[in-house]
Amino acid sequence: MLILKSLVAGEKHGLGISRRIQQITSGTFDVKPGSLFPALHRMEEEGWISAFWGDSENNRRAKYYRLTKAGQRQLEVEKERWGRISWAIAQALEAS
Amino acid sequence: MPLVAKARSFFRNLLFSGRVESDLDEEVRAHLEMLTDENIRRGMSPAEARRAARIELGGLDRVKEQVHEVQIGNWLHSVFSDCRFAFRQFRKSPGFTAIAVLTLALGIGANSAVFNVVNRVLLHPLPYPESDQLVALWLDAPGAGGLASLTSGLQLSPSMYITFSDHNQTFQSMGIWTSGRANVTGVGQPEEVRTEVVSDGTLQTLEVPPLLGRWFSHADQDPRGSKTVMLSYGYWERRFGGDPGVVGRMVQVDAQPREIVGVMPRGFRMVDQDFDLLIPMGVDRVHQKLAPFGYDGIARLKHGTLLAQANADIARLIPVWMDSWSNGPGTNPHYYERWRITPNFHSLKQQVIGNISSVLWVVMSIVGVVLLIACTNIANLMLVRAESRQLELSIRAALGAGRGRIARQLLVESVVVSLTGGTLAVGVAYAGLQLLVAAGPADLPRLSEISLDLRSLAFTFLLSIFSGLFFGSIPIWRYVRAGRSKMLAEGNRTATTGRARQRSRNTLVIAQVAMALVLLVSATLMIRTFAALRTVEPGFSHPANVQTMRISIPETLIPNPLLVTRMQNSIADQIAAIPGVSTVGFSSAVPMGGADPNWDELSVEGKTYEGGEPPIRMFNYVSPGYFKALGTRMVAGRDFTWADIYGLRPMVIISENLARESWGSPVAAVGKRVRQFSSMPWQEVIGVVEDVRVHGVDKDAPPIIYWPAMLNDPYTAKPTIDGPNSVTFVIRSERAGEQEFITKLQDAVWSVNSDLPLASIRTMQEIYSRTMARTSFTLVMLAIAGSMGLALSIIGIYGVISYAVSRRTREIGIRLALGAQKHELRWMFVRSALALTSFGIAVGLIAASALVRLMKALLFGVSPLDPWTFITVPLLLAAASVLASHIPARRASRLDPMVALRYE
Repeated sequence: MLILKSLVAGEKHGLGISRRIQQITSGTFDVKPGSLFPALHRMEEEGWISAFWGDSENNRRAKYYRLTKAGQRQLEVEKERWGRISWAIAQALEAS
Repeated sequence: MPLVAKARSFFRNLLFSGRVESDLDEEVRAHLEMLTDENIRRGMSPAEARRAARIELGGLDRVKEQVHEVQIGNWLHSVFSDCRFAFRQFRKSPGFTAIAVLTLALGIGANSAVFNVVNRVLLHPLPYPESDQLVALWLDAPGAGGLASLTSGLQLSPSMYITFSDHNQTFQSMGIWTSGRANVTGVGQPEEVRTEVVSDGTLQTLEVPPLLGRWFSHADQDPRGSKTVMLSYGYWERRFGGDPGVVGRMVQVDAQPREIVGVMPRGFRMVDQDFDLLIPMGVDRVHQKLAPFGYDGIARLKHGTLLAQANADIARLIPVWMDSWSNGPGTNPHYYERWRITPNFHSLKQQVIGNISSVLWVVMSIVGVVLLIACTNIANLMLVRAESRQLELSIRAALGAGRGRIARQLLVESVVVSLTGGTLAVGVAYAGLQLLVAAGPADLPRLSEISLDLRSLAFTFLLSIFSGLFFGSIPIWRYVRAGRSKMLAEGNRTATTGRARQRSRNTLVIAQVAMALVLLVSATLMIRTFAALRTVEPGFSHPANVQTMRISIPETLIPNPLLVTRMQNSIADQIAAIPGVSTVGFSSAVPMGGADPNWDELSVEGKTYEGGEPPIRMFNYVSPGYFKALGTRMVAGRDFTWADIYGLRPMVIISENLARESWGSPVAAVGKRVRQFSSMPWQEVIGVVEDVRVHGVDKDAPPIIYWPAMLNDPYTAKPTIDGPNSVTFVIRSERAGEQEFITKLQDAVWSVNSDLPLASIRTMQEIYSRTMARTSFTLVMLAIAGSMGLALSIIGIYGVISYAVSRRTREIGIRLALGAQKHELRWMFVRSALALTSFGIAVGLIAASALVRLMKALLFGVSPLDPWTFITVPLLLAAASVLASHIPARRASRLDPMVALRYE
């Protein structure tokens, strides 16, 4: 969900996604390449994101990812689910 | 949409794996570079920056591997690489691979060949539309004596057919038919062809449309109507070259001109009979008697009707039938109540398959057991191999390969072997089928339809996979379960083999020996059956020197029975004049020829019968010299002479068992009198001949009455001469079976009448062997399977013992150094082999004693639990195991202690 969310603002390469997640979660989540790349490839195969080759800020060839329509839908689904879960957990914790 | 994306990725991953891979590589590298750049920007030195980036990334290949694991189609990829690895493994050990693949090819091939036959013969429907609706009409008649028991019941009479087809409520259509022979003249050489005489309703029941022309119409079935005929596809091709304009042409069938009205399509058979011509029966619907009961009935059930309902329907009609017809003035139409006739219909398929299914299932289980033995053998080899690869497997496990991953690798290796074997098996199956078709019993139905089809190929494929999984899972079960730490510990080759592992190999050997024992016991029982059959006196002698052939003189050619007999007599005289012929005679039918001449009542003078009716006996009609030519001994009295025949003297010859039954001894029978029924004059018994097993060596000889080849028809009011029109000549000569001799016979026959074809030219030996075909076929199959089983278990025992020797080399060295005697060492290994074998024998004996009961129908003159067999076979196996273990044991005892100790 976080990866999808990080792509809402626009296309990014792997490192960009990683840094963006760090930034939006105030450093709570640091996505290591060992989890990042498998997740990206899986999501690409699911059709949630699409990939293309582009140039990075300092003129390096890098693989960029972009959110697809299906990805946007998926993000809504995940957001909604997460909302339910966190609400439920919060409820559970508040209940004595 | 996601599905499309997934499928696209799947194919991309599979087909462009190279590009996907380089993309991934570049992506991860770019990531590393960017991390480095970032670090440099933070003020690190380039070297430091690179190091920090690498640490954060955590290893290029590891990341790539992690991506691989989530990629779609990854599973398939790694199976491919397992396969590649397997092939590399097998290239390293070609000997092992060749043995495994060949064993499997034979085992699987034999199974697919037999499955093919089983599939075609037992599982496939008959080649008629909606063939499950077809019913063979047989009746039960426990009171009818031999007339009914000789076949699987009582056949129909034309009057029954008329009553049943007119009044039944359960059948769509019904017909009767009978197989026969007819002489076709006017088209090239005179030829005797196979005919099927069919009543109205028969073709309508089978529902197979003609290829050309039309079926017989109702008008064709009128006995006074036009004379028509239909051709089989084969006859049409052979005689008319497949001429499409054949419909409408005339042929002479038994000197009767008939118009060809149609041709049946290729592959059409009359139930289980191949034929040349279909001839309308022309049942006279008015002038019928209750008898004769010689017709096969066939019918098509109405939709949704059960056999039981049909049986009840016809049971209701049997009294109607007796009320509607009679056997002539003065006879009691309700006489047949004594026969207790009840319908016993079964499906046509059951009729066609008959009791051949027992042979087929026995053969199927035989080859199944052979495959099982082969698989156990390979499993054993695999175990040994897995053991020698212990270190490799341990290292793989230590490097992080999961149990599942190693298990899959081993399974993939097994399946690769079994699939290679399976591919070769198709060839083996094809060759095996040719063999089956060539050597199979003559009564194996529908053999001509057998060919390798998709279903058998699928069977072969599945069988290969399953056998691969079977023998592959045994080593896995042992090794993957054993756990990693243990594997590493035991990988050290200096340790003596773990007991657990030795035990699993021993279990396999025990199973092998047990299965081989079952096969060998069955094979030995069949050999003993065969031997028992060979010693049976069939009632004729030196069958290889007896030539038989049938000559039919159609009534339409020579209507006068006296002239028919004279012509048969002069043919016999002409044949007798051929050099090398010692005797010649003829009769209505020869023993084991497949057809019974006649059955009827026979009463013995002075004897009263229970219920007032004498039992039904088999009749045959013979010429002078017939017994001598066949080699059937005269036990008492004398043979007929031609003077007896032409003088129409009231005489008969009877079989020895009938003489003993009626008068106590053959000599006492001579001069006594018998007759068919009260209005017939008494006939004097002039001779007694030995019993003849006319239905095959494994069937008891029935009592037979031999009438002269010409006699007064007992059923007509005033004496009328009668005799068989179709007779089989029996010629004793050293030259029987030679082509030149047959040409001489043909000249002799044609010198009397050139329109007479010679048919069924066979030696008695051929007829005799054919009745043994089923036994010899099962025997050959079992003998092959038994010897394969024996050979495989010898290899199995040898393998286990020689492996044990190689594992215990150090121990042997120590024993030898400590002064162990060589013969003691040898005995130690032979003893362990014998212990395994005894276990196997014990298990096998239990299994065999249960399984051989299934073979009971195939055995003759030997009990299923024949003690001789059950003692010899275990001894044979024990001897084989001593032999197999002796070789490695001797190798062990010859070891130099110094070499042995340095062995590791």
